[in-house]
Amino acid sequence: MIQVLTFYLFAGIMLAAAAFTILARNPVHSVLWLIVAFFNAAGLMVLAGAEFIAMLLVIVYVGAVAVLFLFVVMMLDIDFAELRAGFIKNFPLGIAVAIVLLAEIVLGMGAYQAGSLKLGTPDGSGAPVAGASNIESIGALLYGKYLFLFEAAGIILLVAMVGAIVLTHRQRSGVRGQNIANQVARRPDEAVINTQPEVGQGVKL
Amino acid sequence: MTQFFQSLGMTYDWAWFTATIAGILLIALPLMLAVAMIIYADRKIWAAMALRRGPNVVGPWGLLQSFADGLKVFLQETIIPSAANKGLFLIAPIITFTVALLAWAVIPFNSGAVLADINVGLLYVLAISSLGVYGVVIAGWSSNSKYPFFSAMRASAQMISYEVSIGFILICVVLWAGSFNLREIVEAQRSHVGIINGFVANPLLFPMWVMFLISGMAETARAPFDLTEAESELVAGYQTEYSSMSFALYWLGEYANVLLMCALNAVLFWGGYLPPLDWAPLYLVPGWLWLFAKIFFFFFIFSWVKATVPRYRYDQLMRLGWKVFLPVSLGFVVLVSGYLMLTRYGV
Repeated sequence: MIQVLTFYLFAGIMLAAAAFTILARNPVHSVLWLIVAFFNAAGLMVLAGAEFIAMLLVIVYVGAVAVLFLFVVMMLDIDFAELRAGFIKNFPLGIAVAIVLLAEIVLGMGAYQAGSLKLGTPDGSGAPVAGASNIESIGALLYGKYLFLFEAAGIILLVAMVGAIVLTHRQRSGVRGQNIANQVARRPDEAVINTQPEVGQGVKL
Repeated sequence: MTQFFQSLGMTYDWAWFTATIAGILLIALPLMLAVAMIIYADRKIWAAMALRRGPNVVGPWGLLQSFADGLKVFLQETIIPSAANKGLFLIAPIITFTVALLAWAVIPFNSGAVLADINVGLLYVLAISSLGVYGVVIAGWSSNSKYPFFSAMRASAQMISYEVSIGFILICVVLWAGSFNLREIVEAQRSHVGIINGFVANPLLFPMWVMFLISGMAETARAPFDLTEAESELVAGYQTEYSSMSFALYWLGEYANVLLMCALNAVLFWGGYLPPLDWAPLYLVPGWLWLFAKIFFFFFIFSWVKATVPRYRYDQLMRLGWKVFLPVSLGFVVLVSGYLMLTRYGV
């Protein structure tokens, strides 16, 4: 009973938050609604018994990705009049995308109703390890059976990261950076000079 | 506790529900009292290091100072700036305060005394502590004022930076304990090195503890990393526009977070509810007392650092997080897992 109640609670709040993400006029409010949606999705994962995925969802999406979203969106200076002017221009394109998405959902639901796709006989080796906790069974599969796929995904992410750094990195000349080691190694006797300048002579640095 | 309520004639569902509510109250209410007393302790320690007397007027030795402050703040008017985003402005302190309480659900107070004994306990703590930044960021944005906004920018960058290294430090602990469950992590520390209970005595994990302590100060934005409320630059940071109870919620949340960080230090590296040495007479002292003693010890360190260490500059803070802690903790993950492969799993 309580599972059903919590499921509908999480699902309802998540859908409402997702709707508000699109409908909110203020982009900061949109990001905050998105966070609510993420959070409720994590709640649904816990209900489904996938507590590891739920925690990762909160740590990665809510804790890091959404903070960066918020960071960027907060600093934007958005002109709402200009946004609304673009609305009419982009309306046909938006409708086209919406129709394609709707058609896909209808097709997907229809195919699901018709029965699952047969892609060969399952041998049961992909199933989670019986009797082990979430983390252990995911680890056993990820670092055992699917090790090469996992490492390939890691390499793709690494390449993406290197690419992003190369694209945004620029070498500037004449930057006076700090060298902490030099600063620490500096001693008073080389930093301070005592002089007795003549009248009208000044100090030569 | 569920069995106790079942023995009163409740069905299992209701007994579980009542037991959970009772458990939440048993943690949250003493925690609030502890926060009030720890603010007093902080001011006393700080005063003693500055050769002052600190609060000494309200109640015996000034013990009731925090309650007097709380009452004063409670009676004040809540001022909402006219340009502020009203809803978010009021929600922000509530988020900070709630998140500060949430993470206590998985802290084991004694071998059986833990509200939620879940197998992803440490991940839960990480997830909840990563939410803490929202209270600050939303406050900074919704105040619609320059200094809070700068503070929000600093807070979000700072918390993300230090969460990365904290994550790697925690992975070392999890590798050694072989579990994400906080109770099992504590049990894994029983007579870890000789008769010493605690990962801190382990030469491979001791540097991790030092880094965790420093990262914890940065994560809770305590001195010397309190750049989000650097009064010489930002007035009071994200709290600038807040008054009365909404301001008090920030204070309570901040200190509850500091206590949580101290509790994590105790649980992850210093043996939690276990006595420092695995020696039978020490087990006569109840476990929660050991945990509280350790929490207070770490709070003293936090206070001590706040009273003595000057504030970091922002670029120094970022350098420490990304160029020192991140590579070192990453190196230790490799080192610890390599050592465990050699000794425990035999390559």
